[in-house]
Amino acid sequence: MSADPRRRALLTIAAALPFAGVARLARAAAAPGVRKLLVLVELKGGNDGLNTVVPYADPNYARLRPRLKLDRDQLVKLTPEVGLHPALEKLAPIWESKRLAIVQGLGYPDPNLSHFRSIEIWDTASKSDEYLEAGWLTRAFAASPSPAGFAADGVVVGLGGMGPLSGHGARAIALANPEQFLRNARLARGEGESRNAALAHILRVERDVLVSAQRLHAGKAFSATFPQGQFGNRVATAAQLAANEAGIAVVRLTLDGFDTHAYQLNAQQNLLRQLGDGLAALREALVEIDRWDSTVVATYAEFGRRPRENHTGGTDHGTANVHFVMGGKVRGGLYGPPPALDRLDGSGNLPFGIDFRAYYATFLERHWQVASAPVLAGRYAPLDFI
Amino acid sequence: MKSLVAGLLVLLASAAQAQQIGYEGARHLLNRAGFGASDSEIREFAPLTRAEAVDRLLAGARREPTLAPPAFAQDAFLPYYRIRDMNAEDRAAELRKRLQQGFELRAWWLHEMVLTPSPLSERMTLFWHNHFATSQQKVRSIPLMYRQNALLRREALGSFRVLLHDIAKDPAMLVYLDNAGSRREAPNENFAREVMELFTLGEGNYGERDVKEAARAFTGWSVNRDTGEFVYRRMWHDPDEKTVLGRTGRLDGTAILDLLLAQPQTAEFVTTKLWREFVSPTPDRAEVRRLAGVFRDARYEVKPLVRALLVSDAFWAEDNRAVLIKSPVDLVVGTLRTFGIRPVDYRPAAFAVAALGQAPFTPPNVKGWPGGETWIDSSTLLGRRQWIDRVFRGAEAMQADASAPAEESMTMTAAAPTPRDALRRTLESGMRGYAFEGERWTRSVDAGLADRPARVATLVLAMPPANPVPGGDDESAFVRALVSDPVFQLR
Repeated sequence: MSADPRRRALLTIAAALPFAGVARLARAAAAPGVRKLLVLVELKGGNDGLNTVVPYADPNYARLRPRLKLDRDQLVKLTPEVGLHPALEKLAPIWESKRLAIVQGLGYPDPNLSHFRSIEIWDTASKSDEYLEAGWLTRAFAASPSPAGFAADGVVVGLGGMGPLSGHGARAIALANPEQFLRNARLARGEGESRNAALAHILRVERDVLVSAQRLHAGKAFSATFPQGQFGNRVATAAQLAANEAGIAVVRLTLDGFDTHAYQLNAQQNLLRQLGDGLAALREALVEIDRWDSTVVATYAEFGRRPRENHTGGTDHGTANVHFVMGGKVRGGLYGPPPALDRLDGSGNLPFGIDFRAYYATFLERHWQVASAPVLAGRYAPLDFI
Repeated sequence: MKSLVAGLLVLLASAAQAQQIGYEGARHLLNRAGFGASDSEIREFAPLTRAEAVDRLLAGARREPTLAPPAFAQDAFLPYYRIRDMNAEDRAAELRKRLQQGFELRAWWLHEMVLTPSPLSERMTLFWHNHFATSQQKVRSIPLMYRQNALLRREALGSFRVLLHDIAKDPAMLVYLDNAGSRREAPNENFAREVMELFTLGEGNYGERDVKEAARAFTGWSVNRDTGEFVYRRMWHDPDEKTVLGRTGRLDGTAILDLLLAQPQTAEFVTTKLWREFVSPTPDRAEVRRLAGVFRDARYEVKPLVRALLVSDAFWAEDNRAVLIKSPVDLVVGTLRTFGIRPVDYRPAAFAVAALGQAPFTPPNVKGWPGGETWIDSSTLLGRRQWIDRVFRGAEAMQADASAPAEESMTMTAAAPTPRDALRRTLESGMRGYAFEGERWTRSVDAGLADRPARVATLVLAMPPANPVPGGDDESAFVRALVSDPVFQLR
């Protein structure tokens, strides 16, 4: 490979880059030492939280879900009030070991029921009527960059946009899997700058590719087995990235298909099976490489779904939702108020109990020891799950 | 004397309009209005004025494809209940067949985009597919997806009013946004919300109450279970009074659509989107308002709007050249058209655009592809480079090569021969037809020029290359350097 003069030239350019290119980005000084890993899993389309963490003891649940209610004998009972969807059975051992936190009632004031606007609000941690350019993680890294030796601030696995890592100011890359990324990285050049915004974007992506390519290594063999299918492959890639020697602060995965307006029962069961099996495999892999204690894995989505089922065997767009957090240092248990099924708003939706920015503040402050108020443009008290 | 000066000023103002657009101008117009452009097409348009050139493009507009669609696209609709009643094995086989046919339908459309004498018609069809985004992944019927595609093409440069009304009754759309099962007892809000947010008004120009009320108006617009045709189910319809956007009455779906078309935001919303498609990522609000006025005055006829947009000074402004990022379809179809590459098999092209993030007939969601800078992240940029690298390395290199799809390649290498491996081999051999033939292409580019490299660079790139390009006599090497430049990703 080194006989290829083109590749050798690239390596020289890449080696010079931390000074030539990256230093020009508007970033604060890098923190020394190691930073812990955050794995975010987006449940795209808006998962139905009510059939995920089921308040089976609440009579309103059966009332609002005559066709969609889950059989309480099938649930994985967590408490006398709450049970998990049976497809999430692999999360039960994590719950029992007190390393799974379930955060209920996550949302924000004046909720927007458009997928696109609401995920933008979550991704940028904006107010409901505020439009921000950069993702909340991008702002966090611009204020407090990862250590200089890191392969990247964040890696997005698969197609589908940069989400909370969008905008300029973080070193973020997207890849389908590390082997392929490294195979193709030789085609990047990473030179030059431009005042043309579109061209400047391409040149910036090239530079990030080259820096990361220098520091990514693929091919760690796990004894943990990953589920079949696209999400399983993405989980396997996340595990590869967690094992990488040069650090990575954030990995974002996506599981798509939760917009279940019709025929929800089968579709959601299939998705939750992928989620539960995938998270369990990820835990196993993280334990294997001794990163379980330094990693937090958390789910998020644009919104929950409406408590009352619709006429097509599905549920429409809702508001507050329940999410999962797991990790070796996570304090397991139920957080936040249970869904107030007797206090629905004018659209038939749930009131929120915990602002999603408090969820983010917990990762920033308790996991990374980064001040959250400047990133979130306000003070949100962290939760106690970390 | 005074009148002479005044006359001169008028002349100057209209000078740009009256001038020949020239080689660079023709290149700009054809690349923006179509997909890529060959040297001979550009030379044909160069002596025309802006208006002549644009009118010629519009005069060529088509309402039908030139290529017959695959036979299965015109098969009878296979009812969903028939699939539900199959045993597991047959059902799996049926779904596999559809996946395969969906892939072939995408290949057919890309083929049409490459061969059509009116690339503008196909660009507009794709634009409406992105606007009224509907995915085969949920619709799961190739005939319904094809019928919708035919509708989008028929009105691509026709009437937005007709298109909106017809798409609201389009079976693929009714299935995709769940209106097919919406009835008065429990209206489904999905279509009612998206028709306001994404098809007409834009977010922020309606309230939650409008969505709920409009959903009631669309109840009963459904799909015949046996034929897959639109059907109005009177028993499912809610005929009672509703209030939408301040209007109260016994409104039905047609009335709601007319109400939406009467809102000035609708013309501005669609015009803004067309601006981003044709002009720049940063719409000029005053110009958009003016153009939206043209659109409304023309009773939502699309041609007058596209004409006004393409002859506008903003479209031709130097500052707006090379400011759009090519979509995967732009890149793949544009490269084939620009370099006269005519593959026999379009399945590798269908595979490439999907791997790069744009699979026609399977947009990511009802908002379509977000486009712009989001087309390019590290993964898709490297995928683009890899595809270009393969096409321009020439035929011999291609035969020895192995391509890895963007996703899932880890699992694909692991397993023993599977249907996917077979598909991959098919794609590999099909990819040979994509090899750039340097010598043949060089002969096709007008040779009677002193500064040939400058002309070739203008043909290939929308602005000067970002990286130094080697000189020398080897034109194929020169072209390889140009297509490898980041500027090749722009249009």
